Amino acid sequence: MTVAAEGLPPLRTTRARRNALLQSEPVQGFALISPTLLYALILLVLPILVVIAHSFWTQHYLTIDRTFTLENYRVALTEPIYRDLLWRSLYISLTVSLFTVVLAYPIAYFISFHGGRHKSLWLFLITIPFWTSYLLRVMSWKVILGYNGVLNSGLMGLGIIDEPSTALLYNSSAVIITLTHAWAAFAILPIFVSLEKVDRTLVEAATDLGDDPLRSFLRVTLPLSAPGIISAALIVMIPTVGDYVTPKLVGGKDGVMIANTIQAQFGKAANWPLGAALSVTTMLIVSLMAGATVLIIRTLQRMAR
Amino acid sequence: MPEQPRIERTHADRIQSERPMIEIRSVTRSYGAFRALDDASLTIREGEFFSLLGPSGCGKTTLLRMIAGFDNPTSGSIAVGGQSMEGIPANRRPTNMVFQSYAIFPHLNVEQNVAYGLKRLKLRGGEEKRRVEEALAQVSLTGLGKRLATELSGGQRQRVALARALVMRPKVLLLDEPLSALDKKLREQMQVELRRLQQAVGITFVLVTHDQYEALAMSDRIAVMFGGKIAQVASPKEIYQRPVNRQVADFLGGMNFVKAEIVEENGASLIVDTLGFGRIKTDKPKAFVRNGGGATLGIRPERLRVLWDNATAKFEVAGKVVERHYFGEITHLIVEIPGLEKPLSVTETNDFGADDIPVGTSIRLAYDPEALVAMAD
Repeated sequence: MTVAAEGLPPLRTTRARRNALLQSEPVQGFALISPTLLYALILLVLPILVVIAHSFWTQHYLTIDRTFTLENYRVALTEPIYRDLLWRSLYISLTVSLFTVVLAYPIAYFISFHGGRHKSLWLFLITIPFWTSYLLRVMSWKVILGYNGVLNSGLMGLGIIDEPSTALLYNSSAVIITLTHAWAAFAILPIFVSLEKVDRTLVEAATDLGDDPLRSFLRVTLPLSAPGIISAALIVMIPTVGDYVTPKLVGGKDGVMIANTIQAQFGKAANWPLGAALSVTTMLIVSLMAGATVLIIRTLQRMAR
Repeated sequence: MPEQPRIERTHADRIQSERPMIEIRSVTRSYGAFRALDDASLTIREGEFFSLLGPSGCGKTTLLRMIAGFDNPTSGSIAVGGQSMEGIPANRRPTNMVFQSYAIFPHLNVEQNVAYGLKRLKLRGGEEKRRVEEALAQVSLTGLGKRLATELSGGQRQRVALARALVMRPKVLLLDEPLSALDKKLREQMQVELRRLQQAVGITFVLVTHDQYEALAMSDRIAVMFGGKIAQVASPKEIYQRPVNRQVADFLGGMNFVKAEIVEENGASLIVDTLGFGRIKTDKPKAFVRNGGGATLGIRPERLRVLWDNATAKFEVAGKVVERHYFGEITHLIVEIPGLEKPLSVTETNDFGADDIPVGTSIRLAYDPEALVAMAD
């Protein structure tokens, strides 16, 4: 006992020293992320604060009136043109997310479950479109969907249509098609990762307990890959709501989205406060929609039991 | 020798059905040039606790997976309950499996895991709930139905896996190294429980294990496998006491091997000359192959007894202790016998002071000639 008691004081000091180290761990953590953190603070948080501030101000030609007002939000939410554009943006982004996830899932499933030794080759092939610029990829859709485009010529050549269809390009559908193609890889990767994490013996166990391949997929593989589906849906949904280039190039008059108007407010229309209010509104609605998507997928996952 | 778990066999000598449950006929499984299983034939009886025992890579898991339907024989046939399993997928076989990793569905709770296979059967009027509760009771998990798989200990996960398979009332329960992930104490407890459970439900159990004590403690019969071939199929006692060859003998605990010259060979017995033990008459194993003029005899370390003071025995050998290893309740003595190329390993319980015999002491060892068994090399 005495020996043990004598041994205590030095033990306590080493422990104290270790505690001091532990306490400094958050500090070390911050040090590690500080470049990125500073970058994010200066180039993301500050601009957002500036945008939020502007949304409560008024612009008179070149000067900004800094008295607090909610007028911009009233316009953003009640003016039919902005409301319609917002609805269309949400509709396009939801549709694109749905199509992208539905189309990406089988590809991710194939690579994960049947890719064998060539998994990395398959993943590499999926990244190939990114070797060209996004603008070029959008332009190539114009070539495919245009009046004298590949699709029209093909359909006419087959005798299915008599004259070129104008319904293919310069509308919301063209935006949806182009965006779905552009975001496919971003949806495949998270789904692939979550499928990779599904323990294959679980599928065997389901089979052993009497499930045919379809049942074991619906009851085990699909619910367990839900995190990947959620990430994929969000990764596609959030940026596509605010997409600006695609509607500009292939959307035409009917494919204009909210981001195009926001751009106009900061540019030609020279109404920064209204542009800011539209941006903030869009951000909030997208956040709500993302939250709702997570909830819906979680509920579906629970129902699969 | 490490402690051997003692199992109370409540129905140790119960009459077993002789009806075959699983018939494996000349089954071979090749992966390219490699044969994971090489012309294996085996009959497992109804209601039997059968173990496939062998080192890793001996083909035991391959054989189990082929019975379950997760793998198919390259040639040969498997029948379960008199019905050929050829072309029948795993989900329509009358077998259920307890996986080595337990494979508990992480997104379901205990009850939902156990009810997994029943859901498809669409049982009426609370039958499903009743069967789930019965299965949970069988594995002593009553009251834990609402727990998530992530909130269970290793032992509990194993019980869930068992309940989930038993609730399906299969003809055959397949167990793939079910105890290997548990610590020693829990493992020994589960051995007893598994054996009791098997006798209570009366289902044919096929266990894959690399642990010889596990196989000896639980099984009615054991198949020992090496390199894709079945070396011996017999009761635990027979396997332990009369191994057919050195490999089997070695795998099931310690064995002293003694070279012998064959003096006389007739129908059922052999008379041999050994350097340490002199002339011995021993039973001739069924599959005995003469190795020139010689044979190999084996004697288990615990079949040699130290003779104290002036005690004498009808059969004894004299030697000198060269090493002593203390194991708590037993002591291993390594005893050099004049004329024997390798010293004998002797296990002695510590009730008479075997742990106090100094190294270098000359001692005498008593043995029963029947314990010296002839085997193939």
